[in-house]
Amino acid sequence: MNRRDSLKYLASGTLATGFLFSSCEWMSKDAVVKSLWKYKYGRTPEEIIHDNNLLSQQFFDAEEINLIEDLGNIIIPPNSNGNIKEAEVVDFIEFIAKELIELQQPLRFGLSELNKRSINDFQKNFIDLNFDEKQKLLDPIAYPEEVSEVLIDQANFFSLLRDLVVTGYFTSEVGINDLGYVGNQPNVWDGVPKEILLKHNLEYDPEWESKFLNIEKRNDIAKWDEKGNLIS
Amino acid sequence: MPSRMSILTKRINDERGVCFYCNQCNRSCQVYADFSSGSCLIFPAQKSGGQIDLYTNAMVREVTVDGNGRATGVHFIDKETKLDRTLKAKVVILAASACSTARILLNSKSSVHPNGLGNSSGLIGKYLHDSTGTDRMGFVPDLMNRKIYNEDGVGGMHLYSPWWLDNKNLDFARGYHIEVWGGLGAPSYGFGFNPNDFNRFFGLPVGGYGESLRNDVKKYYGSLVGMSGRGESIAQKDNYCEIDPEETDQWGIPVLRFHYKWSDQELKQARHMHDTFESIITNMGGIPLGEKPGKDKNYGLHKPGRIIHEVGTTRMGDDPKNSVVDSFERLHDVDNVFVVDGGPFVSQADKNPTWTILALSWRTSDFIVDQFKQQNF
Repeated sequence: MNRRDSLKYLASGTLATGFLFSSCEWMSKDAVVKSLWKYKYGRTPEEIIHDNNLLSQQFFDAEEINLIEDLGNIIIPPNSNGNIKEAEVVDFIEFIAKELIELQQPLRFGLSELNKRSINDFQKNFIDLNFDEKQKLLDPIAYPEEVSEVLIDQANFFSLLRDLVVTGYFTSEVGINDLGYVGNQPNVWDGVPKEILLKHNLEYDPEWESKFLNIEKRNDIAKWDEKGNLIS
Repeated sequence: MPSRMSILTKRINDERGVCFYCNQCNRSCQVYADFSSGSCLIFPAQKSGGQIDLYTNAMVREVTVDGNGRATGVHFIDKETKLDRTLKAKVVILAASACSTARILLNSKSSVHPNGLGNSSGLIGKYLHDSTGTDRMGFVPDLMNRKIYNEDGVGGMHLYSPWWLDNKNLDFARGYHIEVWGGLGAPSYGFGFNPNDFNRFFGLPVGGYGESLRNDVKKYYGSLVGMSGRGESIAQKDNYCEIDPEETDQWGIPVLRFHYKWSDQELKQARHMHDTFESIITNMGGIPLGEKPGKDKNYGLHKPGRIIHEVGTTRMGDDPKNSVVDSFERLHDVDNVFVVDGGPFVSQADKNPTWTILALSWRTSDFIVDQFKQQNF
C-alpha cells in the first residue's frame, strides 16, 4: 500500500474493521484475524495473540485435570440447578493457571501433596477413594480458622482452589442463573420495586417521586423552562 | 440520594440514544446514551458535515514552532508504520490529560522556548494534584438472603453524598464526598472468593465445601456495602512532574518522572473519612470489615495518582509569572496554543473533574471560533 492510500485510510477511521492490518507487513494477518477462542468479544490484535499463545499451551496434565474435576465436584456438587461441568470450571481453571503464572506452583504442589497424603493414609490416589475417605483428607484443610500448623500449605491450596471453583461456577451462564442474578435486563428500570422496599420498612420519599424520570416519556425530547425545570 | 452520571435517561436530540439499562457502560455505550467524547462529540460532528480529519494511533511527540516561537503544528509518530509525521495547523489545542500535555509541552523545546513551550513561568508540571481516596467495606446482616431483583439501574453507579458537616470543627482543609457501592451486581472474576467469611459473625465455620458452601454464596449475595471517600487535596508547588533526563518510551520520546507527597491535610482528611465510614456502617446495622487503617498505613490513603483525577500541571491565572494559561486556557507565552484538559485547574474540588473540563473546553472553543471569525489566527 502506498503512503497516500494509507493516509486516506488513517483519516477515515476504518481502523476498527481490521482492513488496515491486512496490508501491514509487520503483523501477520492470520494472527490478527483468527482467534482460537469461542469467546469473541472486542480483543485487540495484541490480546488475540496473547490469548492464542495461552490456548495453544497446556499446563495441567490429564491426571491433574481429573483431580481438579473431582475436587471441583466436591466443592460445588452437581444438583438440579447446575454443575461445574456445564459451567466449564475445569477449563476455566486451566486457563487461569496459564494466565496467572503465580498460581501454578501453589496449585500443582497442592494437588501432588494431596495425593501424597492420600497414598500415605489410604494407599490409593485421591480420586480412587470413597467419599468418606476423601472427607477425612479434606476436612482438616477446608476450614482456614481451624488448621493445624503442619497442614497450612494444604489449607492455602484448598482455599485457592475453592475460590477458583466458586468464581468459575458463578460467573458462568449456568452459575449466574443458579445465583439468581436478574440484572442486565435491557429496556426499562424504574428503581427498587415497592414490595422490596416494604420488606426493609422503606419507601421512596413522596416529595421526590414527582421528580423521578417518567419512564413513559423517556423518548420525548427534553424541554426545559426558563428556570431549568423539565417540562416535557 | 440522587446520583450524577453522564448518562442520558431521557432523549435530548436525535443523535444520541436513551439509556436502556444494559449496565455495560464500561464497554462503550452502543446507543451513545453514556457520554464518551468519541461517540458523543466526534461522531455527530463528522455526521453533520464537520471538517474533521481523524488521525488514530498517532503518538504526539511535540508541538512544532516557527522562528518566532509561534506554533505551526505537531510532530507525531504513526504507531502502525513507526514513521515520523508532521501536521500543520494554525492553532494547536492540547487535551492529552494533565500529565501528558505537560510532557508534550516540556518536550517542545526550541530556542525561543528553551524550557519547554509556554514555560516562561517554570510552572508546567507543577501543582500537580489528585483526589484523595480511601475505602471501607461493611457487612449488613439485614441484607442477607435478599429477595433478588434487578438492581443494575444505570451503569457505573456511585452515589454522591456531598459534604454535610460544619467546617469549623475540622482539623483539615477542604472536604470530601462519599461514594457508596454494593448490591446485586453481575458476578465477575473474584466473585465468591472467601465466600462465607461472614460466617464468623454467627459462630459458624468459615470455609468448607459442598451444598452448604453453595448456599452460603447465595445467602451473602448483596449483603456487602462499600464506601469510598473522594476528597480535595491541596495543590502544592512541590508536587510536580518533570521530564526524566534519561528514560524514553518505545517511541524514543522522553517520559515524565514524578515528585509527590501527601501533606498533613490529606492524611487528616483520610482519618476523618474512616471515622465517618465506621459511624455510617455501624449506624445502619452493619459490621465494618477488616481493620480501620491507622497512622502507620497513612490512614488508608491511596497512593497519589490512584484516583486518576490528576490536574493542575498547566494552571490558569491572569499573571504570566504565576500561571501557564489565561482564562481562555490559552498559553500566556504563545497565542495559538490552548490546553483543554485538567491541566488548567488551580484546585480540584472533590468531585470528578470531567464535567468542569468539558465546560471550560466549551468556553474555550467558543473563544477560538470567535477569534477565527475576527481573523486573529
